[in-house]
Amino acid sequence: MSTRTGARSVPAGADGPSPGRPRRRRAAARLPVTLLLPALLGLAFLVLPLVGLLVRAPWSALPEQLTSPEVWEALRLSLFCATAATAVSLVLGVPLAWLLARTDFPGRRLVRALVTLPLVLPPVVGGVALLLVLGRRGIVGRWLDSAFGITLPFHTSGVVLAEAFVAMPFLVISVEGALRAADPRYEEAAATLGASRLTAFRRVTLPLIAPGIGAGAVLAWARALGEFGATITFAGNFPGKTQTMPLAVYLAMERDPEAAIALSLVLLLVSVAVLVGLRDRWMSTP
Amino acid sequence: MTPRAEHAPEHPEAQGPADAEGPAGRTGTTGTTGTTDTATGPADGTAGTAEAALDARLLVERAGFRLDLTLTAAPGEVIALLGPNGAGKSTALRALAGLLPLTGGRLRLDGRTLEDPRQHLHTPAENRPVGVVFQDYLLFPHLSALDNVAFGPRCQGRPKKEARAEAAGWLERMGLADHAGARPGSLSGGQAQRVALARALAVRPRLLLLDEPLAALDARTRLDVRSQLRRHLAEFEAVAVLVTHDPLDAMVLADRLVVIEDGRQVQAGTPTEIARHPRTDYIARLVGLNLYQGTADGRRVTLADGPVLATTEELTGPAFVAFPPSAVTLHLARPESSARNVWQLRVAGLDLHGDQVRVDLTGELPLAADLTPAAAAELDLAPGSAVWASVKAAQTHAYPA
Repeated sequence: MSTRTGARSVPAGADGPSPGRPRRRRAAARLPVTLLLPALLGLAFLVLPLVGLLVRAPWSALPEQLTSPEVWEALRLSLFCATAATAVSLVLGVPLAWLLARTDFPGRRLVRALVTLPLVLPPVVGGVALLLVLGRRGIVGRWLDSAFGITLPFHTSGVVLAEAFVAMPFLVISVEGALRAADPRYEEAAATLGASRLTAFRRVTLPLIAPGIGAGAVLAWARALGEFGATITFAGNFPGKTQTMPLAVYLAMERDPEAAIALSLVLLLVSVAVLVGLRDRWMSTP
Repeated sequence: MTPRAEHAPEHPEAQGPADAEGPAGRTGTTGTTGTTDTATGPADGTAGTAEAALDARLLVERAGFRLDLTLTAAPGEVIALLGPNGAGKSTALRALAGLLPLTGGRLRLDGRTLEDPRQHLHTPAENRPVGVVFQDYLLFPHLSALDNVAFGPRCQGRPKKEARAEAAGWLERMGLADHAGARPGSLSGGQAQRVALARALAVRPRLLLLDEPLAALDARTRLDVRSQLRRHLAEFEAVAVLVTHDPLDAMVLADRLVVIEDGRQVQAGTPTEIARHPRTDYIARLVGLNLYQGTADGRRVTLADGPVLATTEELTGPAFVAFPPSAVTLHLARPESSARNVWQLRVAGLDLHGDQVRVDLTGELPLAADLTPAAAAELDLAPGSAVWASVKAAQTHAYPA
């Protein structure tokens, strides 16, 4: 149940279609045309572009396209960065979700709003903001550069940071929902058995909310994989270093549309796989 | 009148503690009865502080609710907090466990002060020698029964192997050795209750708290689990406090009842005392039960000091017999009825409760009887007068102890 709440609290189109489907179909039969028509139009609007992608795909040239070193490099970099960004989100986001769900401090609502801000913020703005803070002349970046010689922008680590910035809110919201659905009295029971709050969290709460964390991680990973705006602003577009799949698609669109379609197909496949994975593993289990 | 050995609270199998605690429990009882009056003021235990293992004045104030309860108990004593929903029973339990801070008063256990708001002293739950059996058990669903029980010893710093071996011992004692690997979801209600009890006992608590330990069970399981719980509580050498709204559970399991209403103690004493002399109408209705312990042989239960009760249930071995005061009929002459349970008794006291008179009778089988005021007047009952009491076997209820 915690998983469902966790997944549902994410605004993206991850709603499991399975539970309400029969009812919805019955309701549709009685719907007036004035509602049904725009509804079907909307559906077509969402589905047709994807169909177009499949129709126009250069199927014969596909194997060659996908095995080219540039595509392979971009794909590898994308997978690596999305996974690393998810790891960063997990390490920082789960404790943050715990803070929001289990403690009460002044300004908690404000903190929650700030955490979810990257969800609605245009990613480019996120990239600019990151650059201002962590750029070589940024508030923190200058110090990182002079003290440790660490330069984040226009480097693979910058891609990871930009993706984590955009993806972490998905994880935080999902885990916070799971935490709110999990009975806090289990933590009390652990306390009466001598467990400190940290032990209770590690040995009782974490396993209880594991499905919610899993769902959140997958959503964050998918979001990170598709990240474009913040990445290109903060990390640039260097092949093999910061050029992830979405960036490669954008670039290829100008030079070699067929390659762009091939790359898009790969991303579409990954997205579908994520949805199927979410549905079967988290959203249909009670 | 000497307290009856057949009465529920005296556990014959808990030899040492029961004997040692018997008299202490009784002085404790008079002590707590006294604190009813002083519950609003400072009520320091005067009589039994030296041996009181639990010495608490629980003061919890919230918007619209105030709990003010003084609790003292000797080692080995089982206390039942009895009262209606919202009376503050669970609040008291949570305060004892350290899950809810006191706003006043104090909590001492085995001579050590665990909580005293005036000194800003609050020992968190994880540092208290307290075990809790929660109402719905709260077994960790992702751990096996064994790991649930081993959780406490692990938190106390025991190596994994040792903790698991100890947990296995507890499960075996609870008759659950075969279910060690089972997840809580696959356990029956009774089994889950025993795992929860094992988990709470495995931390070797000096104070065992049980929140409605039988409420989640169906009627059939309840009888079994109750008698098992009774045995385990009798073996438990430290203080146990259980919260219940079921008077029968309280009378069977506890040495002493504390009845609370609106956050305050309204009466305290042994189950017998309270059943005979309920102080309020509410208590009279609540604890209206004559309860005896004896040995069953077919449809007869022989009590420890002689009297035989006819019942309708076929049983053998240790058993309880219970019947409500309203099941007792009083007669001036020996009744010619079909009732086989007939005794000549003497009236020890009369109390009017609502539209009922509760008659306290002593003699071969001390019991409480409820009559209408008209019937009481007709029988011309007064303290000292002799009457015949009869109870139909069909109105008694016997079950294994």
